[in-house]
Amino acid sequence: MTEPRLELTASPHLKARDSTPRIMWSVVGSLLPVIAAAIYFFGPSALIVLVAATLGAVLTERAFGPPGSVWDGSAVITGLLLGLTLPPGLPAWMCFLGGAFGVGFGKLVFGGLGQNLFNPALLGRAFLQASFPAVLTTWPTWPSEQANWWALRGDNLALPFMTPQVDVVSGATPLGLMKFESTPTELWPLMIGNVGGSLGETAGLVILAGGLYLAARNHLNWRIPVSILATVALLATLLHALDGARYPGPLFMLFSGGLMIGAVYMATDMVTSPVTNRGAWVFGIGIGLLVVAIRSWGGLPEGVMYAILFMNALVPFINRATQPKVFGRGRPAAGSEAPA
Amino acid sequence: MPFRLSFRHGVHPPDSKRLTADVAVRRMPFPAELALPLRQHGGKPARLLARVGDRVERGDKLAEADGFVSVPIHASAAGTVTDVGWWPHPDGSQAQTVRIAVERFSPQVPRPRIIPRWEGLTPQQVVEAVQRAGVVGLGGAAFPTHVKLLPPEGTDVHTLVVNGAECEPYLTTDHRTMVEFPDRVHFGIRVMMHALGVDRAVIGVEKNKPDAIRILRESAPDDLDISVEGLTVKYPQGYEKMLIKAILDLEVPSGKLPIHMGVVVQNVGSLACIAEVFQTGLPLIERIVTVSGPGVRRPSNLIVPVGTKLRDVLEYCDGVTDDASEIILGGPMMGSPQPDLDAPIIKGTTGVIVLTERESKPKRSYPCISCGRCLDACPMFLNPSLLGQLAQAARYEEMETAALADCMLCGACSYVCPSNIPLSQMFALSKAALQRQRTRVA
Repeated sequence: MTEPRLELTASPHLKARDSTPRIMWSVVGSLLPVIAAAIYFFGPSALIVLVAATLGAVLTERAFGPPGSVWDGSAVITGLLLGLTLPPGLPAWMCFLGGAFGVGFGKLVFGGLGQNLFNPALLGRAFLQASFPAVLTTWPTWPSEQANWWALRGDNLALPFMTPQVDVVSGATPLGLMKFESTPTELWPLMIGNVGGSLGETAGLVILAGGLYLAARNHLNWRIPVSILATVALLATLLHALDGARYPGPLFMLFSGGLMIGAVYMATDMVTSPVTNRGAWVFGIGIGLLVVAIRSWGGLPEGVMYAILFMNALVPFINRATQPKVFGRGRPAAGSEAPA
Repeated sequence: MPFRLSFRHGVHPPDSKRLTADVAVRRMPFPAELALPLRQHGGKPARLLARVGDRVERGDKLAEADGFVSVPIHASAAGTVTDVGWWPHPDGSQAQTVRIAVERFSPQVPRPRIIPRWEGLTPQQVVEAVQRAGVVGLGGAAFPTHVKLLPPEGTDVHTLVVNGAECEPYLTTDHRTMVEFPDRVHFGIRVMMHALGVDRAVIGVEKNKPDAIRILRESAPDDLDISVEGLTVKYPQGYEKMLIKAILDLEVPSGKLPIHMGVVVQNVGSLACIAEVFQTGLPLIERIVTVSGPGVRRPSNLIVPVGTKLRDVLEYCDGVTDDASEIILGGPMMGSPQPDLDAPIIKGTTGVIVLTERESKPKRSYPCISCGRCLDACPMFLNPSLLGQLAQAARYEEMETAALADCMLCGACSYVCPSNIPLSQMFALSKAALQRQRTRVA
């Protein structure tokens, strides 16, 4: 018998097929229909915004991240998700800056993949919102009033640090209309994306389909979107029953604004959501409560971003409070704090 | 009774048992040389009796039990003791080992022995006979069987649970034992029930072995209360605590043994071995071993004399393929890789699994992304993600408070980890580090 060259590796000698890059790239894949919908609704502007945000995220990861970390796919997700939360007419340089900030200050300063407390894409968006509040709330109207699909929906190509020229027809988002003018939007256009808003805010059903695909592959924890959406729906039903004119109904609440993309893609970021399943329920219910509270009683028309970022900050505490009960002990192990 | 017989959490690796599930057990010829380590079981190693130059018959004692938690070692073939000294051990270390040059033309008939009439024996005498025969758990852990037969004062044993789960992929030794030697299994159960004074036995078999379940049911003796339960196919179903949870819905408390719940667990192979002790008088000198995996030319189930070198076993199976790269003793989930083909098959060796470059190629590790899959996999409901972070920071005392002691190193967490973090390896090292700290303090 020929002597084999023997290797020595630690048990187990079998491995499940899934891997971290595989999960990341499957999230990217599931975003493709959402991206396609954004381009369909908002034309070349959508492409410019998405490409700029992704470039910002990926180049920052390449420049400051550990070697080869670009290929794990997480920076691409950050860029794409950030792009999907931005208005279509945003200048490309701002998108790029947001992506770079999200990855740089949202992830790499914490120590890279797996170490960050806050969702990098949302942090990038919060940064842009604080820096450029005016352009971040300028929404072009949905293309039915736009003569040419090829026309840009804003001053996407503005030079860095120049004030963009706004010369497109701009309108309000359904949530803005509801909040400031008490004008409800019809449901069906809302669900298929026929309304004004950020790139990824509009196609609720497409996002939901992507979420189902990821949940089926166990690439997201279904408890998070289910608990968020259920909480929002429940509260909206209650409030709507109390005062139908002031508070919109549950379907409007679910399909307007960034709730779908937030619940399916942002809150489910594994790194910044609880590691325990019981924690996932707590996390989701918390986000749902905050979203309804901000939308109903806050000064802003939309609150998904802040709701998720706020709950991100609570994740270490949620993890500690929801440790599993050890087999044969009937209670969680003591000292279950994550190392600092 | 729970609706489905199982435990919560666990993983589903491909069972890969088809390679050998229907291959009948064959007896391997005696090799030219045997290497019998004095340490083949849990507890104290056996105390050496043999001297270089001794002529031994098959079944003669080479080393005797050193205390109660210890068993003797017997010669598995007739021959001459050529050496007593250090030799590669399957656990990767070197161990005191008796080497025997096997007599080429010996008929290998064991020296006539007095077969004890088990019916007349007191439980104490059964325990002694089982210890004298060197019987250990054949499911892998190799804990001396007789120790489990002597419950501590005040414990009331009500059920004998027979472990035929065989949840490790590739392995089919228990499967073939149940299919080919069901009467031995039942006879072993009979002796055990007599020794323990219990009147109820349950055999747990994973449902991927329907033939074993059917045959055991058909051959069960009418005068005994023996039931055969089909269990959900899930790793680690064969671990004692999971098996008891699945069959009896009892949770063995942390730090306690099944006996505290009035349950004794024995592997089917050990029971068949006890049957042989009382039917033929032969001590434990051979066992069934599955030789399988993508890297072996002729996957087989073999009766192998204890002490046969890995090299001889593989040669008998037509050798390994050209791309074979790693040889595992035991199952692929918990087994240990072998650096040396001179290491022998010992009493606790359930299988020889040969993996190829495709399976053993190291995969790149990524940082933990807190996906939580290890928490869903851990049958002990630990938090491997947290334990892994603590291990990386060498914070062993905190791992202890996070219930590291309850980890049985089954490897389910490492199996599912998408970031390829070697969690169970880290836990094994952390346990060892804690042990060292304790001995330093003491």
